[in-house]
Amino acid sequence: MAIVAQKPESLLDVTTHYCPGCGHGVVHRLVAEVIDEFGIRETTIGVSPVGCSILAYNYLDIDFAEAIHGRAPAIATGIKRMHPDKIVFTYQGDGDLISIGGNEILHAANRGEKITVIFINNAIYGMTGGQMAPTTIPGQKTTTTPLGRSVEREGPPIRVVELLNTLQAPSFLARVSTHDAKNIMKAKKAIRKAFQMQIEGKGFSLVEVLSNCTTNWKLEPATANRWIAENMLEFFPLGTVRE
Amino acid sequence: MGKVLMKGNEALAEAAIRAGVDGFFAYPITPQNEVGEYLSLHLPEAGGVFVQAESELGAINMVFGAAAAGKRAMTSSSGPGISLKQEGISTLAGAEMPCVIVNMTRGGPGLGNIAPAQSDYFQATKGGGHGDYHCIVLAPSTIQELVDFMFEAFPLAEKWRLPVMILGDGALGQMMEPVDFRGRERLADSRKQPEWALTGAKGRKPHLVKSLFLHGDDLYHFNLRQQEKWEKIQAEEPKLELVAMEDADYAIAAFGSMGRIAGSVIDLARAEGIKLGLIRPLTLWPFPNKAIAELVGDGTLLQRILTVEMNLGQMVEDVRLAVNGKIPVDFFGSPGGRVPMPEEVLAELHKIIG
Ligand SMILES: Cc1ncc(C[n+]2csc(CCOP(=O)(O)OP(=O)(O)O)c2C)c(N)n1
Ligand code: SF4
Ligand SMILES: [Mg+2]
Repeated sequence: MAIVAQKPESLLDVTTHYCPGCGHGVVHRLVAEVIDEFGIRETTIGVSPVGCSILAYNYLDIDFAEAIHGRAPAIATGIKRMHPDKIVFTYQGDGDLISIGGNEILHAANRGEKITVIFINNAIYGMTGGQMAPTTIPGQKTTTTPLGRSVEREGPPIRVVELLNTLQAPSFLARVSTHDAKNIMKAKKAIRKAFQMQIEGKGFSLVEVLSNCTTNWKLEPATANRWIAENMLEFFPLGTVRE
Repeated sequence: MGKVLMKGNEALAEAAIRAGVDGFFAYPITPQNEVGEYLSLHLPEAGGVFVQAESELGAINMVFGAAAAGKRAMTSSSGPGISLKQEGISTLAGAEMPCVIVNMTRGGPGLGNIAPAQSDYFQATKGGGHGDYHCIVLAPSTIQELVDFMFEAFPLAEKWRLPVMILGDGALGQMMEPVDFRGRERLADSRKQPEWALTGAKGRKPHLVKSLFLHGDDLYHFNLRQQEKWEKIQAEEPKLELVAMEDADYAIAAFGSMGRIAGSVIDLARAEGIKLGLIRPLTLWPFPNKAIAELVGDGTLLQRILTVEMNLGQMVEDVRLAVNGKIPVDFFGSPGGRVPMPEEVLAELHKIIG
C-alpha cells in the first residue's frame, strides 16, 4: 500500500501548545514539508519570535534561536552573515514583525538579507490576549479597540507585502491564506518558492500568511476561517507581488 | 610593525581584528564612530563581516545571531546607544552568549554631550537591563591597555559564556598614543565551534539558543546556576593596579581615564611629601573587593581613600562596600563630560586630609 500522506520528518511528534484550530499549527506543517522536500533539515536554522509561536522550536526538528520581540530579522542577519551556506528563516507574528519590529524587517528586506520570513498575519496580538495589531482591520473589536478599530483614531491596517514591495532588494514577496484547503495548497507553494529563492542565493523572501486566532477572535475554527475569507481578504489581497 | 601611533578607537578596531572578531555590527554614535569606520574597510579585508545596523537594537541582535552561530561577535556604541542595547544585552546574558560590547562613554543623562564621562558605571556593572545578570566589565586607561583588554575580552566571554563590556570613554577613543601590536597577528579561524552553536542539526540533535524558561522552577535554577558562575568569576577574575601603595597613608581610587589622571596626582602629592597611592580597578565587575579589603586590614597604613570619578559618585559605592567602614572613603566627582585637572584633585585631597 502506498503512503500518500504522513507527518513530515522535520515536524516533531508532539502535542503543540496552540489553541485547537489555530493557523500556526497549519503553517508549521507547511514549513516542515518544505524543509523535507528540499532536504535541508540539517542545514536550516530557524528564528522564533515573541508571540504565540515563540515555542516553534519545540515542534520543528532543526536548530533554532529564540528572538526578543521584533528583532528576529536582525538575529537572522547575524546568523546568515556568519553562516552564508545555511538556510536561515524567521517566523513572526504581526505585532512582532510590523509593530515593534518594523525597523528590523524593513532594513533586513532593504539590505536584501538572504533570509526567508514567514509572516503570520492574524490581525491581533494572540499571545498577550487579543489586543489591537497593526494589521487589525477597521471595525475589528480587540481588547484595546473594544468599540472596533477606528481608521481615524488608529489608522488603517498596514499591508506588509505592499510596503516591502516599494523596496528594490526583495526577491520574493507574496500573500497567501490558510482559510481553506485550496489556499493552504497555495500557501505551501509560496513558502516553497520563498525557501527556493534563498537556496538559489537570490536574497530576501517573505510570505505573509493570513491565519486565524480562534481564541482571541472568539470564533470556533470553521467560523474563524470563514471570517478570514469574508473580512480579511478585502484588506489583504492575496497573490505574489514580487518574484 | 613596531609601535604605531594610533587613535584609541582605531587601535581598538585593529585589536578586534587581530583578536579574531568574526562579525562587527553597530550604529554610528559619537565619540566612537572611528571603530565602525575602521572595521568597515579592514574587517572584510581580514575575512570578517561588517554590518552597519539600522539601529543599536538591530546591532545588538545581530550580535546575538552571530554569537549564537558560534562566532566572535562585537558591537560598539556610547550613551544613548548603549541604553538602547540593554534588552539585547540582558538577553545575551540570559542565553549565555559570549560577545564583546564596547561603551566609549559620553556625558549623560539623555543626549547629554559627547565629552568623556564615566557616568555609565552603574549601568555597566550592575546589569544595565532587566533581570539578574552581570557583564564582565574591563576599564582601560591607556590605548595600549584598551588593545590588551580587547585581546582578553573574547577568551573571557567564551570562558564564562557572558557578554564582556569594555568601558572606555570619549577621551580614550579620541586621543592618540603609541601602541604595540607585535606578536598579535590575526589567526586563521582556529577556534573550535562551541558545542552549543547553531550550525544546522547535521548528524546531531537540534541546538536551541534561548532565554525563556517557562516551566516550573526552571528559571529559579537557571538563576542559581548564574549565581554559582558569578561566584567563580568573582574568585578568579578581579584585577586591579596598585601604584605606590606600599607606604601610602592615602589613596586615590579611580578607574579608566580618571585612573590615568590620578597617576599625575600621585606625583604632585609625593613631591609635597604626601604619601599618596593609587588603587585602580581594571575589572569593574567583578570588582576587586578582596584586594581592596586587604589594604585596610589590621596593621595597614592606609588612612583614607578619595574616590575620584567623572560622574556623581558611582564606583565609590563599591569602594565603600570593599572597605566596609574600616576607613573613611571620600568622593570627588566631575560630571557632565568635564575632565578634572590633577591640581583640582590634589586641592580636594588637601581639603580632606587638612
Ligand atoms: C519588548 C516587549 N514588549 C512587549 C512584549 C509582550 N508581548 C509578547 S507577545 C506580544 C504580541 C505578539 O503578537 P503577534 O506578534 O501578533 O503574535 P501572535 O501571538 O499573534 O502570533 C507582545 C506585545 C514583550 N514580550 N516584549
Ligand atoms: S491565542 Fe490565537 S494565535 Fe495564539 S495559539 Fe491561540 S488561536 Fe493561535
Ligand atoms: Mg498576531
